Amino acid sequence: MGIVGNTTRSPNFRRNRILLTAVLCIYLVYTLVPLFYVVTASTKTNADLFGTFGLWFAGEFNLWQNLVDLFTHQNGVFSRWLGNTFFYSLTSAVGAAIFALLAGYAFAKYEFRGKKLLFALVLGAVMIPQTALVIPLYLMLSKIGLLNTPLAVILPSLVFPPGVFLMRVYVDEAVSNEIIDAGRVDGAGELHILSSLTFRLLMPGFATVFILAFVAAWNNYFLPLVVLSTSENFPVTVGLSIWYASATLGSGGNLLFTVVMTGALVSILPVILAFLIMQRFWQGGLSAGAVKA
Amino acid sequence: MLDAFGPVPLVEFNAVSNTLSGQKPRVIVSKKVAPYVLLLPFLLVFVGFLIVPMGYAFGLSLFKTALVGGTRFVGLENYARAVVDPKFWDGVWLLVRFGLIQMPIMLSLALIFALILDSGMVYARSFFRVSFFLPYAVPAVIATLLWGYLYGPSYGPVAQLATALSLPKPDFFSPGAILGSLANITIWEYTGYNMIIYFAALQAIPGDLEEAAKMDGASALTYALRVKLPMIVPMIVVTVIFSIIGTLQLFSEPYLITNLARSVINSNFTPNYYAYTLAFVAQQYNYSAAISFLLGAVVAVFSYAFMLLANRGGR
Repeated sequence: MGIVGNTTRSPNFRRNRILLTAVLCIYLVYTLVPLFYVVTASTKTNADLFGTFGLWFAGEFNLWQNLVDLFTHQNGVFSRWLGNTFFYSLTSAVGAAIFALLAGYAFAKYEFRGKKLLFALVLGAVMIPQTALVIPLYLMLSKIGLLNTPLAVILPSLVFPPGVFLMRVYVDEAVSNEIIDAGRVDGAGELHILSSLTFRLLMPGFATVFILAFVAAWNNYFLPLVVLSTSENFPVTVGLSIWYASATLGSGGNLLFTVVMTGALVSILPVILAFLIMQRFWQGGLSAGAVKA
Repeated sequence: MLDAFGPVPLVEFNAVSNTLSGQKPRVIVSKKVAPYVLLLPFLLVFVGFLIVPMGYAFGLSLFKTALVGGTRFVGLENYARAVVDPKFWDGVWLLVRFGLIQMPIMLSLALIFALILDSGMVYARSFFRVSFFLPYAVPAVIATLLWGYLYGPSYGPVAQLATALSLPKPDFFSPGAILGSLANITIWEYTGYNMIIYFAALQAIPGDLEEAAKMDGASALTYALRVKLPMIVPMIVVTVIFSIIGTLQLFSEPYLITNLARSVINSNFTPNYYAYTLAFVAQQYNYSAAISFLLGAVVAVFSYAFMLLANRGGR
């Protein structure tokens, strides 16, 4: 698509093309500099972090030692945080995506009372400030004794309204009414139609919602910060931010600066890899939202 | 549409889990009931972890806890106090200024890049698309840590460059610079995300328009600005509203950078920060809840005002 292959292979076109690519390259540098900095900082000793230029490697390659420090600092609690983050994100995302699939399908393919109001309510939920939700959640969870448990993070993360919106749009596009009606004529039940006839059609949409919910849970900070209190339950985001705070306060020694950067590197690599591998899905999902909204 | 086929009285289905476990009890569900069955799991968590907490918070905001006399019902007293609380409005005002810097830069960059990528007039198009999106995969917490390092006065590369060139070191955490420094973090994080959304909307525009524009002798630039841009205005409105909501809820970035900018970032720097401090430092849950609801109202007012503005402009 776009203006390709029309008048085009003229010198004019080539010049514009080089110019525009150059514009994008400038922003590319800006995008990649912080990521590059994590990589260089993770390979340095603490002395070199302060003593050598930030955006290049130091003479001494200290990555392995930093990794050892990272995974042994405070009795190796970092690996525990990584595990927690994986566990919280995976369970939240699986649950959120299944619930969103069912609800989105209902919104897309059925007429029922209160549909408009309910959907408006789901969309309106986006406007609620985090604090308005997290403070009462904290008090409620403390009453039922779930504070500082994995469930305190997972249960609220199962609510993922954007997923419902995306699934509704996706089902509208991907599942024709004819397929469903054909199923009905064959005498299949409503849920049977959903599970057998359309499940394969729905997989790309499901994968998209799963990825978005997974990233949202992986990035979650405010909720776990509030509802978790002991280090062994923290996800990476909360744990690293606490190490970072003590590094900037000067307590715990300067060792922490390189350890925090190495921790940042280790915790963003899986998500970046997942994004690169599963491009098709998140791009598809964002497009679906874009076309309809 | 579905009604055209008349009501299907009773339909059977096999619950998926039961099919898997080999038993096949038949559960009878009508077409009328099916949507409610499908919605049930989502609604349970939606009500349990969103509606009920909201209701609970609203209830809290109507009470007051004092050392003497315990908790008592005070009606809207907390709100009366909140609407004239300068600490709250300072935060809102700060975010308005923040948004006026951050949103135009972020969204226009996103739009320009999307138009460039969509025009097909660049090399390595998908490489750029994916690279620009990468920061979105980095948690806001980590992004803030990274930029905190880059801004650092001794180990930050910017300060190092300045020293090498014997220029004065820039102070990213001075009162005059802090908004720009925070805005830069969020621009870095979300420009690519918005770009992808615009790009997808642009790609969805049918190609025959392009043929027609070419017949009229339109250049690629004219076509992009006069034909394509107007067609994705609704999408732009949506992203602006999401940005307004996100901006007014700013918390993680200033909270994490507090240690680096102690003299500039206080506990009521943004409204969410204020509500957090009230609840978890001062233990004033009731007043904190009122502040949160007031913030919700401010978000709604700003979003609605922008929608009105956009509608008027569109005519």
